[in-house]
Amino acid sequence: MEIDLTRGSIERVETDQRDTELYLGGLGTNAKILWDRVPPEVDPFSPDNLLIFSAGLLCGTPATGSTRTIVSTISPQTKLMAFSMMGGFFAPELKYAGYDKVILRGKSPDLVYLWIHNDKVEIRDASHLRGKGAVETEGLIKKELNQPKAQVASIGLAGENRVFFASIEQGRSSASRGGIGAVMGDKGVKAIAVRGTRDVHLARPAEFMGLCDEVLEYIKFRNENPIPGVMPILAGLGSPQEMAIHDEKWHTENFMWGNSRVRRKDFWTEEVANQWTETMDKARIRLLSCYNCPMTCGATISMPGHPTYMMKCFSKLTYTMAAFSDLDFGLRIAQRATEYGVDGFSTPQVMAFGLELYENGILTDDDMAGMPADNEERFFWLLDRIVRREGIGDILADGTYWAAQRIGRGADAYAHNNIKKHEQLPLKLSMLNPIYFLMYATGEKMNITQIEGQFPQAPFPKREQREEFVKDWIQVPDERFKQYFLDWELRGENSIPYYPTVEMCCDIVDWQERMHYIDDALGMCAGLSSFPLKPPYHIHNYPKFISAGAGIEMDEAKLSQAARRYRTLVRAINIRRGMRRKDDRPPKNHWKKRFPELEQKLLDAYYAFKGWNNDAIPTATTLRELNLDFVAEDFFKRGILTDDEDASSKAVLAEQQK
Amino acid sequence: MQKEKKKKIVRRIRINADKCNGCRACELICSAYHAVPRYSSNNPARSRIRVVRDPLADIFIPVYAGDYAVAECAGRDKYIIDGKEYDECAFCRVSCPSREEFKEPDSGLPLKCDMCEGEPEPLCVKWCLVGALVLEEREEAVEDTAVPEEMEELEIGLEALADRYGLGKIKDIVARMSKKD
Repeated sequence: MEIDLTRGSIERVETDQRDTELYLGGLGTNAKILWDRVPPEVDPFSPDNLLIFSAGLLCGTPATGSTRTIVSTISPQTKLMAFSMMGGFFAPELKYAGYDKVILRGKSPDLVYLWIHNDKVEIRDASHLRGKGAVETEGLIKKELNQPKAQVASIGLAGENRVFFASIEQGRSSASRGGIGAVMGDKGVKAIAVRGTRDVHLARPAEFMGLCDEVLEYIKFRNENPIPGVMPILAGLGSPQEMAIHDEKWHTENFMWGNSRVRRKDFWTEEVANQWTETMDKARIRLLSCYNCPMTCGATISMPGHPTYMMKCFSKLTYTMAAFSDLDFGLRIAQRATEYGVDGFSTPQVMAFGLELYENGILTDDDMAGMPADNEERFFWLLDRIVRREGIGDILADGTYWAAQRIGRGADAYAHNNIKKHEQLPLKLSMLNPIYFLMYATGEKMNITQIEGQFPQAPFPKREQREEFVKDWIQVPDERFKQYFLDWELRGENSIPYYPTVEMCCDIVDWQERMHYIDDALGMCAGLSSFPLKPPYHIHNYPKFISAGAGIEMDEAKLSQAARRYRTLVRAINIRRGMRRKDDRPPKNHWKKRFPELEQKLLDAYYAFKGWNNDAIPTATTLRELNLDFVAEDFFKRGILTDDEDASSKAVLAEQQK
Repeated sequence: MQKEKKKKIVRRIRINADKCNGCRACELICSAYHAVPRYSSNNPARSRIRVVRDPLADIFIPVYAGDYAVAECAGRDKYIIDGKEYDECAFCRVSCPSREEFKEPDSGLPLKCDMCEGEPEPLCVKWCLVGALVLEEREEAVEDTAVPEEMEELEIGLEALADRYGLGKIKDIVARMSKKD
């Protein structure tokens, strides 16, 4: 469904079956639409930018955990394609209303919300919702429509004020990364409410249900048999079960505090453990799931003096750690942040960055006029300023990269945790990990947790443990991955950074990335597929789900090729927007021990593996092989590729030699 | 004639609302099981079980459909239990004229839980991995008035139609349809 907000028109367009076969759905078809209709000159806040809400291909079917809404647009922060995802209940409801996607273009002159009720679609006035919290808005709209079962995706004040890291909140989830909430606010859309009571059909029902039964059985088995030898959050399924777990030793001692600066190795004492356990037990009312999923990754949280809200995985700790505070503070401020609708990774880091600049004299008392003395109060104060874009808040609302550019005076040295201008997980490690180097550098999802998974993060100390692990490792796309893992040692010749070898790293990263891209087209939660070790969904059963569910004949090779196709298309969109090899790099201080030569080799090999040239641009041959001839033509027309495909890599060499 | 007493396994679903995670898998699988052909489609709006959800008020109550009620009840009270406010309808298992629950969304005909007759356990129970729904079986001596299941469904449906259009009109239509044959 297409909605032109400038003209107030609503149009129903049939989903293109051929595109569905080529790009599957969700992220895949979103990328195709963005390529076709948003040329690189279009600014994120232009009426010509599109904001696409898409249900994944399997959403609304009985496939456990296929709940994800994939929201795609051009990010105000990175100026590249943003494709944030959210779980919850929105995508299935959209399918039950009869739609695969909602495509928003133009800009509404007044604040509006959309009401989609099966065939009936309305653009409604939202002026009375201006300034309301995202969760508050959801409640108000349901009441106003007298539709308690409607699903509402909404923005808070941050989105309305185009904060570059504003999120879209929905149910117990949010689409947070890339600032898509700012684009929604820029379009003058406060919320989308949807209610559907239509049937979603399956192509081959009996076969499909058989597959669902296998997945449910597997989930039960894994719940009863956690994987030995890995930390608790990796031992089971679901996105890290942060709401259920009390032991936060690993995160608090390994992740960085403040503006991603300080590791507190002895933080987790008995006293802290007791205090945090008590806080969590009092605050957590109930563990929650998304639609049709037994994994309970979220929770309702109620802090005294604050309204109840729903929390998902890691925002439990992000504010706490940025402020050097405790869990009580984290849960309190996360309530307000959820109402404002801001990204739980970027926001705490931006605030800590602001305070670090202040402590180092780059921001002055004039910049911070009125700031309280108390540490926790400062965070609340900064959050309020940022979402209102008041004073220093207006600058910080652009995120650490752009704020540093505006502030000058050496502030950019403090924006040290970015990839492609986007705040990353607050992690700083010792020795370069070649697998993670590739994922950080070349990933386009702006979040490492959305690329990793499948392959263990570290070798197991003993050969017997490794042999035990590979025994029932049915998820590997090829037996050779077992050997990579079996031979991987903690020390010696077969250890990091030179083992896994460059070639193995390419292979491993490609597998991990491929699974995530498949999930994002199918609308499957990574927590049951690409993120955990040994998940119920994998490359061997996915083609069967697609064949039996959507009636598209599929096998492993065809599915891998489709994922490669739209993964390349995402890169092509970004290449057309100016991204190149120079942008493919992790934060400078992510690892203390770096290996520049190895890193160049890794990139060279990975680009070749992917069919990209030395400047990270997909070659014409690759593009044609993937039925992306139209991209090749566009690249030639723009001079991004020339007939001599080496030309651009020569340009890079010349640049490097300068 | 004296009706014969017969031993019969009576099945019911015990609800443990404290364990409900609000995922609504029960609604989905119920609607899929009852689709014709079986599993060909799903649509929670057709489900014979539903989860009354209000997450922020911590209200999560799975309810499965009971008998059809011709008239809406006069009650509609509000209850406060453990500080949470419930509408009386939240606990009620009937489909009635005043609400859309347990009715086919397009025909408005009432739906009733049949415990997925023929399956070892109702599928909502099977799909509820968090244990909020548990099957209970006990042997009971019951009067043998059993009507075949599909006849019972037909009867409920007809009753609802008669309620809406009047029995006379239904009879007329049935008569006309019989003539066509």
